[in-house]
Amino acid sequence: MEFQREARSAVAEDVSFAPSDDGREHLVVVGNGMAGCRAVEELLARDAGRYRITIFGAEPHVNYNRIMLSPVLAGEKRFEDIIINPREWYDDNGIELIAGDPVVAIDRAAKTVTSKAGRCVLYDKLLIATGSDPFIIPVPGKDLPGVISFRDMKDVETMLQAAEAGKMNGGGNAVVIGGGLLGLEAAHGLTLRDMKVTVIHLMPTLMERQLDEAAGWLLKTALEARGQIILTGADTAEIYGDGKVEGVRLKDGRDIPASLVVMAVGIRPSVALARAAGLEVNRGIKVDDHMVTSDPDVLAVGECVEHDGNVYGLVAPLWDMCRSLADGLTDRHSGYRGSVTSTKLKVAGLDVFSAGDFSGGDGCEDIVLRDASRGIYKRVVVKEDRIVGAVLYGDTADGGWYFDLLKKGEHVGDIRDLLIFGQAFASGGGALDPKAAVAALSDDAEICGCNGVSKGQVVACIEAGSCSLDAVRATCKASASCGSCTGLVENLLALTLGGDVQTGPKTLCKCTSFTHDDVRREIVVQTMRSIPEVMQKLHWTTPDGCASCRPALNYYLLCALPGDYVDDQRSRFVNERMHANIQKDGTYSVVPRMWGGLTNPRELRAIADVVEKYNAPMVKVTGGQRLDIFGIRKEDLPAVWADLNAAGMVSGHAYGKSLRTVKTCVGSEWCRFGTQDSTGLGVKIERMTWGSWMPHKFKIAVSGCPRNCAEATIKDFGVVCVDSGYELQVGGNGGIHVRATDLLCKVATEQEALDYCAAFIQLYREEARYLERTAPWIERVGVDYVKQRIVEDDAGREALRTRFLHSQSFSQEDSWAERAVGAHAELHQHLAEIRPLETIA
Amino acid sequence: MTMQNFVGQWLDIGPVDQISPGNARTLPVRGGEEIAIFRTLGNQFYALVNKCPHKQGPLSQGIVHGAVVTCPLHNWNISLETGKAMGSDEGCVPTIPIKVDAGRLFLLREAAIPAAAKAA
Repeated sequence: MEFQREARSAVAEDVSFAPSDDGREHLVVVGNGMAGCRAVEELLARDAGRYRITIFGAEPHVNYNRIMLSPVLAGEKRFEDIIINPREWYDDNGIELIAGDPVVAIDRAAKTVTSKAGRCVLYDKLLIATGSDPFIIPVPGKDLPGVISFRDMKDVETMLQAAEAGKMNGGGNAVVIGGGLLGLEAAHGLTLRDMKVTVIHLMPTLMERQLDEAAGWLLKTALEARGQIILTGADTAEIYGDGKVEGVRLKDGRDIPASLVVMAVGIRPSVALARAAGLEVNRGIKVDDHMVTSDPDVLAVGECVEHDGNVYGLVAPLWDMCRSLADGLTDRHSGYRGSVTSTKLKVAGLDVFSAGDFSGGDGCEDIVLRDASRGIYKRVVVKEDRIVGAVLYGDTADGGWYFDLLKKGEHVGDIRDLLIFGQAFASGGGALDPKAAVAALSDDAEICGCNGVSKGQVVACIEAGSCSLDAVRATCKASASCGSCTGLVENLLALTLGGDVQTGPKTLCKCTSFTHDDVRREIVVQTMRSIPEVMQKLHWTTPDGCASCRPALNYYLLCALPGDYVDDQRSRFVNERMHANIQKDGTYSVVPRMWGGLTNPRELRAIADVVEKYNAPMVKVTGGQRLDIFGIRKEDLPAVWADLNAAGMVSGHAYGKSLRTVKTCVGSEWCRFGTQDSTGLGVKIERMTWGSWMPHKFKIAVSGCPRNCAEATIKDFGVVCVDSGYELQVGGNGGIHVRATDLLCKVATEQEALDYCAAFIQLYREEARYLERTAPWIERVGVDYVKQRIVEDDAGREALRTRFLHSQSFSQEDSWAERAVGAHAELHQHLAEIRPLETIA
Repeated sequence: MTMQNFVGQWLDIGPVDQISPGNARTLPVRGGEEIAIFRTLGNQFYALVNKCPHKQGPLSQGIVHGAVVTCPLHNWNISLETGKAMGSDEGCVPTIPIKVDAGRLFLLREAAIPAAAKAA
């Protein structure tokens, strides 16, 4: 390789290392990388002749741009292209370069450094610029040949060799551990070199330090489209292989074959040398505002230092530090005051930018723009009329402008409404009021790109009587697709009608301009598969939703994609996440399922034992014919469930927007009035329906005769047995607004009762809005509509029933059982416990 | 949130990956209030006393969105940054300075252990 020749010539073997007596102070630099050389450049620019300079480098090269290793790996650049300081720079400035011979010891008393080859050099001022070391995760197999980091030219060479070897065998497999900036660049380069790349990332979001969930999801989707396999939330258990790496095994048992493993999980300041020399070291080598360490003659700069509690791993702060250092060395006292960092990068042609603090928080407002068709996500975080953070994906053109406003702390109150559209729009034309901006548009200006609707057409449609957003959407179709022009249409409504705008139906929540029905329809039409995808495609105005929309979206996706969608526990209300009912004191109540209200000595004994074992202060018979055990602490829940499971009981879902109970009377088996086996039918219905998630809670009852002891006519679905068959009742409610059921129909057999029940539940699951009980749903759509779908349409009923049973094939697993054996243990266990030491009086 | 300007002793409460994004975990304090440690979807860490200012609901069990947690008992929204109730609700829960250092979480000791602070 070319750079090896460069390497040999870079080693200065003939120079003398005796202290020079030209009268100048001797500055020795440990580290021939970007920070060390930049510091020297800054120094030379201020006072070229002041110091005699010697630079030690561990790598056998002149100073090159480490950031550009990715293009070298990708084949876009050669090593020569990324050299910052060629050999001549060292010669022209009289700098001794000792490359390929790292410094191994510093003697501060004697003021010397010693190299690996035994060179001993005196210094007057010492500059440590050792950078950082890649962090190697301590898993078995980490030292196997073929496991490398991505830090220097040698690593790139190893990767190129692996890609070359892979080509011989029809394409090699590579695993990159770490989905941060560095890991993704390595993965991109290896993909371009025809390797099959799998990225393993511990966190659920790629580049989680730089990106929020929404931008991380876009990045992941785009990288997958480029052929990479991205495994998020994946924890490496071991790297295996006989004599060389053969693959990676994850903690969940998955196994990924690989001839190359690149560890890019992070970097640590390289502080061993400084620590051994007795310098003050915390995370990094501690320095003051002029990069001076605890020894006034020793300075440090770059990724190895800690300034004011911060360590930096990006380039921009290094430049700031080098300036302050050079000022200090030449007696100009500016001082480094820390850096605000931004990240702008391109991975596989994808533009990503982030800057400042985008964690949100009190007093912070998010301005979000999502353009699904162009794959763009922009988020600017504003606090007290000043930008404090920004995340851009897909279009980073305005990154520099936002970063500039952020660093300067500029007041953006006047341009706030236009800020998200970028500099050109916000500073152009003096039209600072969005309404004025819209008013200034010509009649043929396009408002809705999806449906090709011009401003003139929207205005004509409003003037013809469409006085609400929904009416406009229904007539001229503007903003009826992706919704990104909703703001423009609203402004046009306001401009055209003045105060006469009618507000449309309630939106799902304040994060979106779409209604529940819009969102559900689009999830199905566009086959959306995750919460971040819905938020992106439907232009959510918040980065990750709120406590209203997250559970709704989770349910809609779960309903649309049975067996496929992975339930997002973080979007579940506490009771559904903890599989128990939270009580006012923060403890939980536990209700095991009792099929049709039936129980037996074994179950009752197990419940009694649990009550005693966990000191439950109360047991109560519920309205749904079950027993409720109160006062269980979240830490004890898995053990309680294990005991109940052992007696054959499963979760009663008394906590869920789901099937709750099937209440029954004793029926014809015992009761002298009973007409049918209501208990038996109730048990069959509960066996069929348990475990199903619904828009809201769902209660069923079966009464054995019209005396209706099971109160079936105030349930969501009720069966009243009569001599000639079964009356099916729907939409009842015994809550705040008592509502008696509507009679759906009468059927002759138990099987029909079961089939109609399944079809009705599925219709409710698919069409009711989240948190809408059957009673208000039926009042909204009309019982005739429900009859038409369930009673009159035989094929439709059968299709609904089939979809319900398909969905049930994935949902009838006891959620308690998996927790009892340790799943999601972190939800139940304390992080730790603080026990203060006894203070001595 | 990383606050690095507090002077005082920091308590190491373990590695950051014990809390996954969008979740919270609890930390009982003997002789003090239980603390809830939150990790937002944007990967910021916050520590609050685990009691809603309204009816003392366990905030650690709420849904986390942005830098806000919604109390599981009555849906009050509490700012993770300031501990203040948001919107028209009024009340405030104490926050504890937390910082991330080398992949581990640290709480400001005197804020986490009020009794110890008094004794010292």
